[in-house]
Amino acid sequence: MEALLSLIVILPFLSATILGLSYLVDSKKNLSNTYYATIALTTPAIVTLLSFVLVFKMSTMPHDTPLYAHLFDWVKVGQLHIEMRFMLDRLSMIMIGFITFIGTLIHIYAVEYMQSDEGFGKFFAYFNFFLGSMLLLVVASNPIIMFIGWELVGLASYLLIGFYHKVSSNITAANKAFIVNRVGDFGFIVALGVLFIALEGQGFSFEAIEQGIGGLSHSTLSFVGALLFVGAMGKSAQIPLYVWLPDAMAGPTPVSALIHAATMVTAGVYMVARFGFLYNEIPHIGEFIAYIGAFSALIAALMASFERDIKKILAYSTMSQLGYMFIAVGLGAYGAGIFHLFTHAFFKALLFMGAGAVIIALHHEQDIFKMGNLRKVLPQTFIAMLIATLAITSIPPFAGFFSKEAIINHAFLSGHYTLWIIAMTTAFLTAYYMFRLIFVVFFAHSTKTYPHLIPLGKMIIYPLIVLAIGSATVGFLGIEHGFAHFVALPDRATPAPTHLLEYGLMGLNILVALGGIALAYRLFGTNPEPPKANIPIKALFIHKFYVDALYNRLFVDTLRSLSIFFDRVVDGAVIDGILGLLTGGYKDLGAKLASFQNGTVKTYATYVILSVSLMSLALIYLLEAQ
Amino acid sequence: MDHILTILVFFPAFAGLLGFVVDKGSARAYGIAVATIELFIALWLWMSFDGSNGGMQFVEMLPLVPDFGISYYLGVDGISLFIVIMAALMTLVGMISMSIEKDVKNMIISLLFLEMTMVGVFVALDAIVFYLFWELSLVPMLYIIGAWGGPRRVYAAVKFFLYTFLGSLIMLVGMLFLAYLYHDVTGTWSFAITDWYALVLPMEYQVWLFIAFFMGFAIKVPMFPFHTWLPYAHGQAPTIGSVILAAVLLKMGTYGFVRFSLPIFPDASVMMITPIAILSLIMVVYTAMVAYAQKDIKQVIAYSSVSHMGIIMLGVFAMNAEGISGSIFLMLSHGIVSGALFMLVGVIYDRLHTKELDNFGGLAAVMPKYATIFGIMLMASVGLPLTIGFVGEFLVLLGFYKVSPMMTIVAGLTIIIGAIYMLSIYKRTFFGPITHDENKKLKDLNSKEIVSLVPLVMIVIWLGIYPKPVLEPIDNSVKALVSFMEKKAQTQEAKDIIVSTNAGEDK
Repeated sequence: MEALLSLIVILPFLSATILGLSYLVDSKKNLSNTYYATIALTTPAIVTLLSFVLVFKMSTMPHDTPLYAHLFDWVKVGQLHIEMRFMLDRLSMIMIGFITFIGTLIHIYAVEYMQSDEGFGKFFAYFNFFLGSMLLLVVASNPIIMFIGWELVGLASYLLIGFYHKVSSNITAANKAFIVNRVGDFGFIVALGVLFIALEGQGFSFEAIEQGIGGLSHSTLSFVGALLFVGAMGKSAQIPLYVWLPDAMAGPTPVSALIHAATMVTAGVYMVARFGFLYNEIPHIGEFIAYIGAFSALIAALMASFERDIKKILAYSTMSQLGYMFIAVGLGAYGAGIFHLFTHAFFKALLFMGAGAVIIALHHEQDIFKMGNLRKVLPQTFIAMLIATLAITSIPPFAGFFSKEAIINHAFLSGHYTLWIIAMTTAFLTAYYMFRLIFVVFFAHSTKTYPHLIPLGKMIIYPLIVLAIGSATVGFLGIEHGFAHFVALPDRATPAPTHLLEYGLMGLNILVALGGIALAYRLFGTNPEPPKANIPIKALFIHKFYVDALYNRLFVDTLRSLSIFFDRVVDGAVIDGILGLLTGGYKDLGAKLASFQNGTVKTYATYVILSVSLMSLALIYLLEAQ
Repeated sequence: MDHILTILVFFPAFAGLLGFVVDKGSARAYGIAVATIELFIALWLWMSFDGSNGGMQFVEMLPLVPDFGISYYLGVDGISLFIVIMAALMTLVGMISMSIEKDVKNMIISLLFLEMTMVGVFVALDAIVFYLFWELSLVPMLYIIGAWGGPRRVYAAVKFFLYTFLGSLIMLVGMLFLAYLYHDVTGTWSFAITDWYALVLPMEYQVWLFIAFFMGFAIKVPMFPFHTWLPYAHGQAPTIGSVILAAVLLKMGTYGFVRFSLPIFPDASVMMITPIAILSLIMVVYTAMVAYAQKDIKQVIAYSSVSHMGIIMLGVFAMNAEGISGSIFLMLSHGIVSGALFMLVGVIYDRLHTKELDNFGGLAAVMPKYATIFGIMLMASVGLPLTIGFVGEFLVLLGFYKVSPMMTIVAGLTIIIGAIYMLSIYKRTFFGPITHDENKKLKDLNSKEIVSLVPLVMIVIWLGIYPKPVLEPIDNSVKALVSFMEKKAQTQEAKDIIVSTNAGEDK
């Protein structure tokens, strides 16, 4: 069993290495796509199989006996002892289960999506590398190894956002993603340092930390908790570090589906849940997290409502749904947060893959207002996307209904009414912008025809069908809190609702969603108009609150001008200038001294007379003193 | 082999002398053969080294001037062992990748002579022997920059020489005075570093001596504000010169702090933590920003090299096992990574004869292997986990956090700024459309370059994933050093800091 767990992490790295080396060595492009695809698909398939075996074997065991696999001692210096050791508990079981499963489906989809790309082999090398890094992140048994996975998924994301590297703007987006994430990682690593030193060498695995934090002061824990969350803000695109996510859509669509929707961006939520025992000690930081999540959810939903690029709409919607998850984990409903993370992985991956199918069919068109009536020409894609949309707008019995409802109700029942109102507003907006997308893309302009449509193959359609089934059904796992009980996270308790209240809240949630759909139909059902910045408030939304411009002015420009100042003025003029003065002074001194030796006898005679008289004076003085 | 260190030090120089009679056409092959043998001797040293022993091993002692206690005294411990191996490795790799055609024979002989001085510095246990090798290392480097460098090579070479020479002279005065003090106290003369360790000095002497040694080491590192010679030297030096300079010669400075300053002047070292940390922080943040402003790719690497040396300095003055072990490991990682980066800059310079970033762009499409290796080294340089760069950086920051949380957080900004300038040069070099037509026909790495770079890539990944074989011997020696300092420290303040930063240590 331990060996299986290790293999799950090692295999993807291994195949990524093989793929990468093959691609580099094969500079004449002799290797076929089939060669790369075989290796690239075998690995996730095997890994999925292994993880299912593990999940089934482990789920019968009691939840407090996780499986450990020790590989080797990673660093052992001073007090620091970090093992390369993996842990499989209920939480990481859920994670590896859906990461490998959805990962495999997206790999299959990507084989067809990327088939005509010259970087086919490279793409799958990166993709497998990502899978390995993500699995490392979730099965790590201590936060340092988790941080390693955390940074490596960031690298994979960077490489894949900049995959079409001949276009400069894609690289700008990739750099932005990497650097913004590094800001978050900075918080993460500082938090780990503080925690490690506060624990004074009591060990640094998750179980040791859980035992050790009892002795730590409240302020230390708050500091650690807040800084850890800075890491989560970066990775999971929350305010104020969300700016990279919309730009990250520059990557190929399978990347957006796997990395920037289903898996990597949820790492922040996972991390907060993993540190649930710590956040339970500091509920005020948890509340802060919940508010950041709520505002991120709302702001993202507003931006999505005015966006016209199909992938960016979905990107904002991801940020918005992540906001929900943070409301949950911030308020201590870890089970509900992870459940939404789980269902979201299905329907959001499906939405992206459906969008990718549309984009491919329309020769890389991404503006929804140039589409319309696609329901008739892409029926399977339409049905799949409709199911996913119903799931995200929480219409029962689709998956999102159960998970989102659990979060919204938790906010209400724990007495956080402001959060509840924000969450409800966001739910309304979600229904609005998602159905706006559906109506504009698939219904509007009912006479529009597409003579040059590219037909979609089986490898694109089948994964959509599997995910559609998933999006329709996985929500049932959450009935009667079954999912939350299974993951067995240290949830903070809330008062149990009466039946009447429960049905009332449920009915309200459904009504709000239907209201959003109705508004979307009224505005975009038949004759959609693209958003215009005709009033200031709309301009504000369309320009994403001018945050990018603000960040550019505040950070990018400042750093650049300060750097140039340091280079030209301080280093060039001041330091080298002083040095020049010193050496110049030395030279001048030498020149002055040299003038004493001018070679004329007269001068030298003067020196002799002067020095003889000086010496005589000194002699007389000395003798007199005696 | 009783005299393995002697062989290790003098074999390259001896072979270099023989090199004068070697035919010009085969000088290069000869040099590579000698450097390979030297590397194998160094690896053999590692194999026979007892990693669990923190003390000096393979000690050799032969009195030279008994009246003044000067002796030929060599030894190696976990701190110096890997730097020696790295020096041998980088010399070999540099020679393989070398593209110089002009006076190859002179270059090979200079490099072999330089190798002797580099190995000598790190294994010397007598201050005079140390000083001799330290100064002798300037000569071949002066020649390499002055003879094979760019248009302003003579100015750069002289600036390099005078600057470091001035520092070393002050250090020499310090050494002589220290020996005199030793004579004063014990009645015998000795220049053996291990004898000096036993000497307990009054505080005011410690401070002055610390400053004298500091001048020698700090200019070599180079610490802010003595760093301006370095970008100039790199700017003019040929690739091989930059590789050796960045990989090995700079480490002499930081190594000097560990070998001399910490154990001989523990109280003064503790007293100097704050000023040195401030200078180091300036190095880390300020030079990183200067790097960001550069238009010449080699200057970016040069300034980034200074920035990383700042982290190493911080680790040395963390005064605890995490920090010092981390900075020794970082010296190795910086040696390999910055050496490799300078070699990579050399690759493109050989093809285009320019180092201006504006002349590049889109190279990933025509040189994928080059882009990949450059990318890996760049990620190692920004400290990505599972590359060699992360382990040392993380340990240093953790170690220094115990000294001063605020300063560590400022130093940690390197995580962000490093990524900014490195990704920016990577973008400008490799991505986007190819804007210059002549770049469309560029050839990817040739076999010579691959043979020299791939081993470095493998080390970068191997030691990133599994640092233990190297880290363990380092840690054992560092622990010995730290507990020695703790015992020797006189002022309560110094004892407190060394004890508190090492809290919970099992001795």
